[in-house]
Amino acid sequence: MRQLVITSGKGGTGKTTVTAGFLALAWRAVSADADVDAPNLHLLLHPKVLEEKGFKGAKTVVKDPELCTECGKCEEHCRFQAIQNLTPDPFRCEGCGVCAYVCPVGALKLEEVETGRSIVSRTKYGPFSHARLYIGAEASGKLVTEVRKNAEKLGESEKLIIIDGAPGIGCPVIASLSGTDLTLIVAEPSVSGLHDLERVLGVARHFGVDALVCINKYDLCPEMTGEIAHYCLRENIDLIGKIPFDPAVLDVMEQERSVESLLQTEAGKVIEKVWDNVISRLFPDGRETL
Amino acid sequence: MRIAISATGKDLNAYVDPRFGRCAYLLLVNPETLECEAVTNPGRTVGGGAGIKAAQEVVNQGVKELITGQCGPNAFGILAAGGVKIFQAPGEMVRKVLELYQQGELSELTVPGPSRPGPQGWGIR
Amino acid sequence: MGYQVIISVLSGKGGTGKTTVAVNFAFSLAAKGGDGVLLLDADVEEPNAGLYLKPTLEEVVPVSVPVPEVAKERCNYCGICADFCQFNALAIIPGAILTFPELCHGCGGCSLVCPVEAIQEKPREIGRVEKGRADFLEIWQGCLNVGEAPPVPVTRKLKEGLPRQKGKIIIIDVPPGASCPVVEAIRGSDYAILVTEPTPFGRHDLEIAFQLVQQLGIPHGVILNRAGTEDRAEADNIIEELCSTYKVPILLKIPFSPHLAALGAKGVLFSKVIPYWQEQFSQILSKIKERCSCANS
Repeated sequence: MRQLVITSGKGGTGKTTVTAGFLALAWRAVSADADVDAPNLHLLLHPKVLEEKGFKGAKTVVKDPELCTECGKCEEHCRFQAIQNLTPDPFRCEGCGVCAYVCPVGALKLEEVETGRSIVSRTKYGPFSHARLYIGAEASGKLVTEVRKNAEKLGESEKLIIIDGAPGIGCPVIASLSGTDLTLIVAEPSVSGLHDLERVLGVARHFGVDALVCINKYDLCPEMTGEIAHYCLRENIDLIGKIPFDPAVLDVMEQERSVESLLQTEAGKVIEKVWDNVISRLFPDGRETL
Repeated sequence: MRIAISATGKDLNAYVDPRFGRCAYLLLVNPETLECEAVTNPGRTVGGGAGIKAAQEVVNQGVKELITGQCGPNAFGILAAGGVKIFQAPGEMVRKVLELYQQGELSELTVPGPSRPGPQGWGIR
Repeated sequence: MGYQVIISVLSGKGGTGKTTVAVNFAFSLAAKGGDGVLLLDADVEEPNAGLYLKPTLEEVVPVSVPVPEVAKERCNYCGICADFCQFNALAIIPGAILTFPELCHGCGGCSLVCPVEAIQEKPREIGRVEKGRADFLEIWQGCLNVGEAPPVPVTRKLKEGLPRQKGKIIIIDVPPGASCPVVEAIRGSDYAILVTEPTPFGRHDLEIAFQLVQQLGIPHGVILNRAGTEDRAEADNIIEELCSTYKVPILLKIPFSPHLAALGAKGVLFSKVIPYWQEQFSQILSKIKERCSCANS
C-alpha cells in the first residue's frame, strides 16, 4: 500500500480540488481528509456516513459545584486565567491539573474531553476517512493521526491512499506527512506561496518523504511562477505541472457538479497530466498495479 | 538479556515501527530464546513528549539495547542517560530484524535524529 | 463602546485573503490620518502582514514562560513531578532527572508538588513581540520561535499592552481556522470581520466562523473576496444566502480581478496604488461603528 499526501504551505491553493480530481482518476483509492480544522473534501465527494465516533483529544478541568467551598485557591494558582469567578473556561484551560491539585476538597478534576469526531464514509470513489474538530478545540495533530489510522484500516487491501493534507507547517501537517511515500505540494504563485513552499518542503525532507511540486493558477502571476520554477530547479525538485486559473472550475464547484465534470475543464486536463506523473513516481513498475 | 524493539504489533511477525515515540508497542525480546513480551507504548497517545514517555518506559524496563527507526534528541538524551544503546533497523518484520541483529548487521545510532521541525517566525524586516 | 475600537479579521479557512483585507483595511484607515491605527499580527506561527507593509522595527519585547530548574543536590528522584506533568516536560530515570523546557507550558505544577523543594522556576524565551511602523501605521507582531509548541503565550503578550486611548483603532489579523489560538486572538474584540470567498468551501468555513463569533458574542460582518464579476454575478448567491440566514451583513465585496490578484501575489497593497479601494476600505469603519453603537445601546 502506498500513501500519497497533497500538501501546501498555506490554505486556499487548490489542494482539495486537486485531491478530488485525483480520486476520480484513480477510480478506486482510499481517501482521507487530514485538514481537520477546516475540512472541505467531503463537499466534493458527497459521502455517505457509515460510522461516526467522538474523539477524546485533550484533557480539561471539570468542576463539581456541589463540593466547591469557594476558597478561590484554584483561581489564585492558575497561570492561564482559565478560572474566573470560580468557573473554569474550557477555551483557556491548558489541562495542566494545578487547580485540581490545590483544591482542598477535590471539587476540580482533570478529565478527557471530546475535541472532535472521526468519521468513516463511503463515496463513489472508494472509502473515505475524515473528521471534524470542535470549535475552539486544540490538539488537531492527534485527530489527524486518528484519521490516518482509520484510512490505513480501510485501505488494508487497497493499493493507494490519497490524503488531503493539512495546511501550514505545524503539528497537523507533520501528522499528515509522516510515514507517507510521496507528497505533491500545490503551490500558489505569490511571495507568500514561495515562502510556504520552502517551509513545507523542509518538513517533507525531514521526514524522508519524496516530494513533487505543481503550481496552481500559474497564469495569475507569471513572474512568481518563474521564481517558483527556478527554486524547484535549484532544489532539484520536479515541477510536474502548471494548472491555469480556470473560472470553469469555480462553476463546477458552485453548481456542485461531479468531480468528473471538473476533469473536463482546461484545468482538469492539466490535473490529469499531473496525476500521470504522480502515478509513475509512486508505481515505477507500471500503473497496471492500480 | 532482553532487548527492546519499537513495533507495529504484539509479536515477532509485526514490523519494526520506524517512529520510536509513537510506535504502537514496545516488544521486549530475549534474542536467544525469542521469548517476547509486548508492552503498550505509553507515548503513543500523549499530546507532546511521546519520545520522552517511550524512552522512560524502555529505561524503566531495565533493557540496555533498543532497536528502532528514528529517535529524536529528547528520547536520545534519556536513553543515553539510562545507558541504553540504540540500533537502527529497516522497517522489516521483527523476526527478520532480530536475525540481522544477531549477525551484527545493525548499525548503532550515536547521534539523535533531528527533532520535529516547528514553525518559523517571519519577523519584521 | 470603550475607549478604543478592536476589530478582528478572521476566516474559517486559509487562503481567503484574510491578511490582504487586514493590511489594506489598516493601511487605508491610517492613510486617512486622524485617529491612530494599530495593526496586530496575531498569526504568530506565520506572521506575514510584514511582507506587505515592510515596516521598520522599533522595539522588541521578548516573551517567556517559566520553566523548571532542578537543584540536583536536593532532588531525591521520587518522580512525583514527572508523574504530575501533563506535558511530559520532566523525566526521571534511576539516579537522574531530565527536563525538556520546550515542552513546558509554564503551569508551575512541578515546583508546587515537589516534596523536597528542589524545583525553582526560571524564564525561558519562546518568542517575541515586535513593534514597528510603516508610514503612519503602527504594527505589532507576535512571533513564535522555531520549534515552540504553544503559541498562546505569545498571543497573550501581544494583546497585553494594548493602548487604551480614545479614538484608537486596533485591527487584529487572526490565525486561520477555529482552534484555540483563534479564540485567544479574537477575545475582547468589539467587532469581527469574516473574510470568505464565493465557493462551497468558503461557505462551509464561513458557517464555522459564524458559530465561533456567535459563541463568543462578538458582533460581525462579512467581506466577500474574489466576488463574482458581471458574467458570474450569480456566484455570490452561495454566500449571500448564508449571510441572510444568519442575518449577517456583507460589508464589502472585492471582485475577482487578475490585476488585483497579481498585485497581491507580488506583495503590493492595492489600496495604496488604487485610491478607489482606499476609499472603500475606509468606509467600512463607519459601517462597523454604526453596528457597534446599535448593539451597545
